[in-house]
Amino acid sequence: MTAREEMLAALRRSAPRETPLPDLSRLGVKFADPAEQFAQSLAGVGGTCLRVPDLAGAARAIAELPAYPTARRIASLVPGVGQGNVDLATVKEPRELEGLDLAVLRGELAVAENGAVWVDARLLPHRAVFVITEHLVLVVDAAAVVNDMHEAYARLADRPVGYGLFISGPSKTADIEQALVIGAQGARSCTVVLVG
Amino acid sequence: MSPTEQAAPALDHAAAAARFVANDAKAHWHDQALWWVRKKRDAASGVVPDWEALRDAAAGIKAHTLSRLAEYLEEFARNAEARGAQVHFARDAAEHNAIVHRILEERGITRLVKSKSMLTEECHLNPYLEARGITVTDTDLGERIVQLRHEPPSHIVLPAIHIKKEEIGELFHAELGTEKGASDPKYLTEAARQHLRQKFLEAGAGLTGVNFAIAETGGVVVCTNEGNADMGSTLPRVHIACMGVEKLVPRRQDLAVFLRLLARSATGQPVTTYTTHFHGPRPDGELHIVVVDNGRSRQLADKVFRRSLSCIRCGACMNTCPVFRRSGGYSYGFIVPGPIGSILAPGRDASAHRTLPFASSLCGSCSDVCPVRIDLHHEIWAWREEIVRRGLLPWPKRAAMKVAGLVLRFAWLYRLTGWLARRLLPALPRGLAYGRWNAWGRQRELPPMPRRTFRELYRSHRDRS
Repeated sequence: MTAREEMLAALRRSAPRETPLPDLSRLGVKFADPAEQFAQSLAGVGGTCLRVPDLAGAARAIAELPAYPTARRIASLVPGVGQGNVDLATVKEPRELEGLDLAVLRGELAVAENGAVWVDARLLPHRAVFVITEHLVLVVDAAAVVNDMHEAYARLADRPVGYGLFISGPSKTADIEQALVIGAQGARSCTVVLVG
Repeated sequence: MSPTEQAAPALDHAAAAARFVANDAKAHWHDQALWWVRKKRDAASGVVPDWEALRDAAAGIKAHTLSRLAEYLEEFARNAEARGAQVHFARDAAEHNAIVHRILEERGITRLVKSKSMLTEECHLNPYLEARGITVTDTDLGERIVQLRHEPPSHIVLPAIHIKKEEIGELFHAELGTEKGASDPKYLTEAARQHLRQKFLEAGAGLTGVNFAIAETGGVVVCTNEGNADMGSTLPRVHIACMGVEKLVPRRQDLAVFLRLLARSATGQPVTTYTTHFHGPRPDGELHIVVVDNGRSRQLADKVFRRSLSCIRCGACMNTCPVFRRSGGYSYGFIVPGPIGSILAPGRDASAHRTLPFASSLCGSCSDVCPVRIDLHHEIWAWREEIVRRGLLPWPKRAAMKVAGLVLRFAWLYRLTGWLARRLLPALPRGLAYGRWNAWGRQRELPPMPRRTFRELYRSHRDRS
């Protein structure tokens, strides 16, 4: 028997009597103003939420970010938002992205309960871009704010499955004496722009 | 079992704990640091209105998954392979290590970056690979710190919780060239960031653990705050993800339950910074998923201890445990310490870890905070019975239990013993009353002997009323 067959057989032999899957339909939390709650949750994890009426407003908001004036290498995957000068399509190796100052990416969903944004990373020319960049901006449709993770996964159920992730605020660590330090290994700042 | 095995446990928890508390100031600091994390957990869980229902759901999903683990594992492997991942099966630690090494060797890879994986600690992967010429860099900041100190992690979520920042400052000065005497966490973290960036850029492969594996989609989910798992899985071309069979969940929607519980229970955050869902490799890369049994199917067969397989490794039971906080992770001598470790370790080797089920006050705080409702203190208690049944209790304790059992069986003997103790103990010379036999008296004074017994008090009270 192969290791695979042997492991499956052992798990079958050991299996307890089957118990049913619980009903998840009554779980969840509802907020009076999910967008406001999202902004609060994001602030709580060290990020910043900006609200703008349209993409032109998003472009202006990004130009005013503290990190923007000194950013030399910028990659934007949101047309018209952020003056991108790094064309990700021409980058061959993700290692070449080291030294990227700012990345502007689309977020598909924003979760009010925890400040997380779902990034559909299938669409990224390089997976590393969201983590290797010094500063990260996520542009999300204001209509795409959901209350909690249950709603988030319910929305994702209609979309193709692929590589993707929730990002909640900037990279952080508290591994040295429980002191919170922002900017551990990934982005040093995370700004979410809610559009609309 | 050989008598020598019986004679020497791998580590005597009480003896190791005594060494830890010898440094009183540091022991108190450790206790407070963990209690602070516990309080953050309380605050974060307290604002979730359906917290208890979430715990029920999590326990239910895990119990269901464990009851059909083989089916879900097959479904997972089929879907993962359909997405282009290569799924490897390892019956034990040796097979796991050999698989990882073969993947690296066949591709001529000599530098590996790792993010946190308790499984690879369990399998002792690092020394195995290092002995074969692979340079392994642990990239979680806490894990890098303990790796540079040539130590294992002392806590599964907070690997360097036992180390003071001044010690880390000295370590980084020696290893990374930071300024002498500098101990500012921000400065030290920045130095580690620059140091680890180079490691990520040079690496030929990245290895991560797995927090959840989704049967329905064939994906694996990895949760980190620092982003080190994302750096390690996106910069090198080869990603190896190692998981125990118990990491499976049936559906993507089940993740909502666990992700709402995990970070809140672990550190008091609403969710980890990065929660990455891997479905297949990047277009020009490879994704290898190594699925490991290493004793888990045996544990699944055990009615009492199978529930511990539901553990999602949040560490909440450690942060709340009055014994863990005051004895430190190393006093357990097992890769997973604390209450959950006291159950898992004897399951691996009951003789070597026979002192761990006694490293508990059975207060039940661990069971109260466990996000997946593992009956931790009951399982710890059950292990004590098991240790006795297997004859692994040391003889002084065994003899004491025998005597206590005898005394409690006969009311007259109980009364006589009490009568004698009340008269003899105060009369004994101190050297005798506080001899080696008196474990209680090592750190504290015996209480003064009462003048009247409970029976006498009760009788006089009854006669009065």
